[in-house]
Amino acid sequence: MSSAEAAALRGTTDTASEEAIRVEDLHKSFGDLKVLKGVSLTAARGDVVAIIGGSGSGKSTMLRCINFLETPSSGRIIVGGEEIAMKSDGSPAKPKQIERIRTKLGMVFQSFNLWTHRTLLENVIEVPVHVLGIPKREATARAMELLGRVGLAEKADSYPAFLSGGQQQRAAIARALAVDPAVMLFDEPTSALDPELVGEVLTVISDLAAEGRTMILVTHEMKFAREVATHVIYLSEGRIEEEGPPEEVFGNPKSERLQQFLRTVA
Amino acid sequence: MEQALELLSLSPPGWGANLLRGLAASIQIALGAFGFGLIIGFFGAMGKLYGSPWVRDLLEVYTTVVRAVPELVLILILYYVGTDIINNIAAAMGRGPVEISGIAAGIWVLGVVQGAYSTEILRGAIKAVPPGQIEAARAFGMPRGLLARRVTIPAMTAFAIPGLANLWLIATKDTALLAVVGFSELTLETRQAAQSTRAYFTFFLAAGFLYLMVTLLSGVIFGRIEKWARRGQPSHRSAS
Repeated sequence: MSSAEAAALRGTTDTASEEAIRVEDLHKSFGDLKVLKGVSLTAARGDVVAIIGGSGSGKSTMLRCINFLETPSSGRIIVGGEEIAMKSDGSPAKPKQIERIRTKLGMVFQSFNLWTHRTLLENVIEVPVHVLGIPKREATARAMELLGRVGLAEKADSYPAFLSGGQQQRAAIARALAVDPAVMLFDEPTSALDPELVGEVLTVISDLAAEGRTMILVTHEMKFAREVATHVIYLSEGRIEEEGPPEEVFGNPKSERLQQFLRTVA
Repeated sequence: MEQALELLSLSPPGWGANLLRGLAASIQIALGAFGFGLIIGFFGAMGKLYGSPWVRDLLEVYTTVVRAVPELVLILILYYVGTDIINNIAAAMGRGPVEISGIAAGIWVLGVVQGAYSTEILRGAIKAVPPGQIEAARAFGMPRGLLARRVTIPAMTAFAIPGLANLWLIATKDTALLAVVGFSELTLETRQAAQSTRAYFTFFLAAGFLYLMVTLLSGVIFGRIEKWARRGQPSHRSAS
C-alpha cells in the first residue's frame, strides 16, 4: 500500500481530522546559542510528520522538546488537546502532568537505549506494568504479540547486548508500542545502524505508518521520508525553511537551501 | 598439638566458644556497619550528584575528612563523642549515664566510616550508568523514585559490586579496631584467651584462620552477586 492510498484510507475514518499533537512557536536556547527560533507543527491522528535537515539544524532538539527531554525556552505544546503547563522559563509547571503525557508519547532513540539488565520481554513490559499498572500477565501477552510483530518472538528472553543493532532497535519500537502511544516519536532511528540493518527497521516503521499510527520522525533517510510521510518539515538553523506534502518538498523544492540540502544527501 | 586442640575446644577449659562468640560479634558489627554505610552511601551519592550546592559541599567535607583521618583515630573520636552526646542528652533529661550497647556503638562508629567510602563507590557507579537508559525511563514517564528503583539502582549494581566487596572485607577487619574501645569482638576475645593461657601463637593463629574463612566465604557470596548483577552484559573474556 502506498502512503497516498494509506492516507486516503485514513481519510475515510471519522477520527482522521482529530488533532493528535500541536507545537506552537517553540524556542530553545542552550545558553547563548539559539537552537530553535520559533518552530511549529501540527499532526492529526494518523499523520506521519518527517522532520529533515542538516546536522545542527535543531531537528532532534525539536523532537526532544515535545516530551520535555529538553526543556523548551518558550512556546506551547498541546498533546491530544491538553496543553502542557509551563512556567515562564519553559520548565514544566506540573511534573505529574509531564509524566502522564510522556506515557502517551512512545519514544524511539537513535542509540536504542534499551535497559541492558533486562531481557527484551522485560524491557517491553517494564512501563506497562510499573508505570501504567497493567497486570503482568496481560502485559506479557501483549508484549509477546508486539515482539512477534517486529520479528523477535524467539529473542524475548535474550539480553539486548547479545543482539544486533537492528534487532535492538526493533525491540525498542516494541517497547514504545507497548504503551499504546497516541503519538510515536522517532529520533533518527536508523542513524546508529550498519547499512545492511537499516532496512529491517524501516520496514517496521512503514508498517506502523500504514496502519495509521501517528508519528513524528526525525530522519536522514530521504527516500523513506518521501514514502511514508504525510507532511515533511525542512529545518535549517532552527527555523522551518520549507514544509509541505512530500511530493512538493522533495519533488519541487522552492527554497535554495532545501534544494542544496537535497542535492548533498541524495 | 593435642594441647592446642584442648585450648581451642568449645567447652571449658577450652576457649573456642569465646572465640566464636567474638567472631559472631565481629560479623554482626561488620554487617550492621556495612548496611548502615550503604544507606549513608546511597543518599550521599544522590546528594553529591543531584543535591544543591550546600549539600554537595557538606558531603565533600564528610567524605574528605573521613577518608583522610586514620580509622583508629576516627573510631576513638566518634565513640567518645557519640557516648558524650548521648550522656549529655540523658543528663539534660534528668537521667543518669546511659549504658550504651557495644554492638550499636560499633555499628554507628564503623558505619560512619564506611558511609564515606560507600558514597564514593556508589557515586562512581551511578555515573557509569549510560545516560540513555535513564533518559529512556524519563521519556516513558517514570517518576523519580520508580526510576531509581527500576533503572538506576539495578544498572549501577554491576559497577558497584567490586568496590563494595572490598569495602565489606575492610569492614570485617575494621571490627578489630573496636578492641581499643573495649568491644568483645574476635580480636579482643583472642587477646584475652591468649593472655590467660600464655598460648599466644595458638590463639592468634586460630583468629587468623577465622578471619580468612570469613574472607573466603565472602568472596564466594560476592562472586555470585556480581554474576547476577552483570546479567545481560557480555563477558570480557569472550570480548578479548
